[in-house]
Amino acid sequence: MSHDQPTPGLDLDATLADPGIRIVVCCGAGGVGKTTTAAALALRAAERHGRRTVVLTIDPARRLAQSMGLTELDNTPRPVSGVDTASGGGLDAMMLDMKRTFDDVVLTHTSREQAEEIFANPFYQAMSSTFAGTQEYMAMEKLSQLSEIDEDRGGWELIVVDTPPSRSALDFLDAPKRLATFLDSRMLRILLAPARVGGASMLRMFGASLNLFGRAMHRILGAQLLTDLSTFVASLDSMFGGFADRAARTYQVLQAKQTAFLVVATPEPDAIREAGYFAGRLAEDRMPLAGLVLNRVHAAAPGLSAERCLAAAEALAQTGAGKQAGNAAVTAEVLLLHAELVRQVRRERRIADRFRRAHPGVPVAEVPALPEDVHDLDGLRAIGAALVPG
Amino acid sequence: MSQNGPSQGWQDARLHIVTGKGGTGKTTVAAAMALALASGGQRTLLVEVEGRQGLAQLFDVPPLPYGDRKIAVPPGGGEVYALAVDAEEALLEYLDMFYRLGRAGRMLKRFGAIDFATTIAPGVRDVLLTGKVKEATTRVEKGRRAYHAVVLDAPPTGRISRFLNVTAEVAGLAKVGPIKSQAEGVAALLRSPMAAVHIVTTLEEMPVQETLDAVEDLRRLRFSLGTLIVNMTRPELLADAKVTRESLSRGLATAGLPTDQGTVGGLLREVTEHQAQLRQETRLRDELWSGARPVLELPFLSDGIDLSGLFTLAEALSEQGLHGH
Repeated sequence: MSHDQPTPGLDLDATLADPGIRIVVCCGAGGVGKTTTAAALALRAAERHGRRTVVLTIDPARRLAQSMGLTELDNTPRPVSGVDTASGGGLDAMMLDMKRTFDDVVLTHTSREQAEEIFANPFYQAMSSTFAGTQEYMAMEKLSQLSEIDEDRGGWELIVVDTPPSRSALDFLDAPKRLATFLDSRMLRILLAPARVGGASMLRMFGASLNLFGRAMHRILGAQLLTDLSTFVASLDSMFGGFADRAARTYQVLQAKQTAFLVVATPEPDAIREAGYFAGRLAEDRMPLAGLVLNRVHAAAPGLSAERCLAAAEALAQTGAGKQAGNAAVTAEVLLLHAELVRQVRRERRIADRFRRAHPGVPVAEVPALPEDVHDLDGLRAIGAALVPG
Repeated sequence: MSQNGPSQGWQDARLHIVTGKGGTGKTTVAAAMALALASGGQRTLLVEVEGRQGLAQLFDVPPLPYGDRKIAVPPGGGEVYALAVDAEEALLEYLDMFYRLGRAGRMLKRFGAIDFATTIAPGVRDVLLTGKVKEATTRVEKGRRAYHAVVLDAPPTGRISRFLNVTAEVAGLAKVGPIKSQAEGVAALLRSPMAAVHIVTTLEEMPVQETLDAVEDLRRLRFSLGTLIVNMTRPELLADAKVTRESLSRGLATAGLPTDQGTVGGLLREVTEHQAQLRQETRLRDELWSGARPVLELPFLSDGIDLSGLFTLAEALSEQGLHGH
């Protein structure tokens, strides 16, 4: 790369090699290359650092998924073929099946029969596939499941996790808590046991509006729906303790020293803004941020400024016919191309500096923009190599 | 191949729904579209539904309240209004309309009832959001349409089918009642020539793949498709040119620029990478054209997106057939 190395530099090889690090979480806005970064890091950990690694992906590009042997969602880590295991490491990969993970959670907290009843409930069906944050919650749930498998029972030394393409990069941090809050919400309690809630004073407080709401709900939604709802709520109640415990535990796993967060961004305003929010939020929650991975950074050949190139290109375009005209026309286009690139590099630098100024202590690793998308292990190896300095 | 012929009336749609993979610039394109459709003195409304305040950031104004607010005036006349729809507010408005809850509705909000209702049945939330968009699209003021066109900055491609397919999402939950009829009204609008779903992409593999997948999904669900919009395109410099070290050195010499090995080699590397990218872009562009939808292109703006950048993009859309008259 032609830029100066950013200070401080991010030593990802040290992170990947550190036996004390068991989880690497890649997060960031949608479309910044989180999945590719996660896969590249996992592959490097397996091949270079001899670690038995699993990468948990959420929504990989089809060709990238195929290259890792992920042809369908099956929620079980499978070995990736073509990985060099000479160093003693290995790589498994899986794609998250949100609904199945939710079903599994239900199954572990209730009897088979009760679970079947829950699965058949239309509210469960809606919630398990569309509840805002279900995917985020399930990704974290799966992460803690994987991390609980002991190494001598086929568990992994390192789990690299990609986070869902959320509306906001922060959603997955909040999802477990949000679900727990929801399950503990006042409304849920009221629907569960109207007679029991908080005694007379509480009822007075709700007063007419609750009755109105109840009546409105009846008219809007109908009796069938309310029956489904209360059955669903009742069945959730039996699992509530389990849900809340798990959410709390997942949160602790994320806070622990064995976890390293990487914020992934591209040098674009939205992605950098999200990265900034995220870095702030991690600090607030005392979660360990290892650094920022800046993907798709452009570089231009040094020496020629944009202005000089544009002026020269203009002059060359004036060159009349003759032997040199062909060279002049081609050279003019090369210079225009270079000028555009120089301007882009300048703009990207300006945007990335916003993050550096706001978070001076956060190490940054830059990955150069590649002319083509990555869709095989060699491509991932190249990204992995670009991620580490030197 | 398609029930929606490529040129079938998307220009005349009144509700333009803009989706696309994250990072492709769908909010920017939606804003440019609202500007383009306002040109010639029309009034348009730009709506966001994801609570991100993306429009306020884009136009560099304070966060939008729940209410239409004038946000820009295109150079050629017209007005663009913006609205950030909030599901809670939409539900209160809705309950008020049907049940006249008044202050009691506000009480419900305080007790978290609305949050609860929209959480436990996310489909209901989408019905409320799209219902509000429908209301704005069909709103009449003083005997004429309040807005010439409404542009919705919709959820990304990964969630768009579910977001728009409101009847299916609430079918299992609400078998009768106003939620159901509200959903049916929205569904009818979204499948009529009054609506058009546009998909924004860049010439990169994953966004193009998601675009084609979304076309398939939306078509299967019989939504009115609009255009595919390729955002951030660059001029195809040197597409077929063969650039040699010799010709470049001579050209540089003619221009009085340095011809040392470092400079020439560096420029040649840039050309090689650029041409590799062009080949990939050509392949992806071909795939998009095979989607049997009209394809519009917008240029990459190297200075970033500000208001004048939005005007540039709006003008580009107008030139390709999207305008207010």
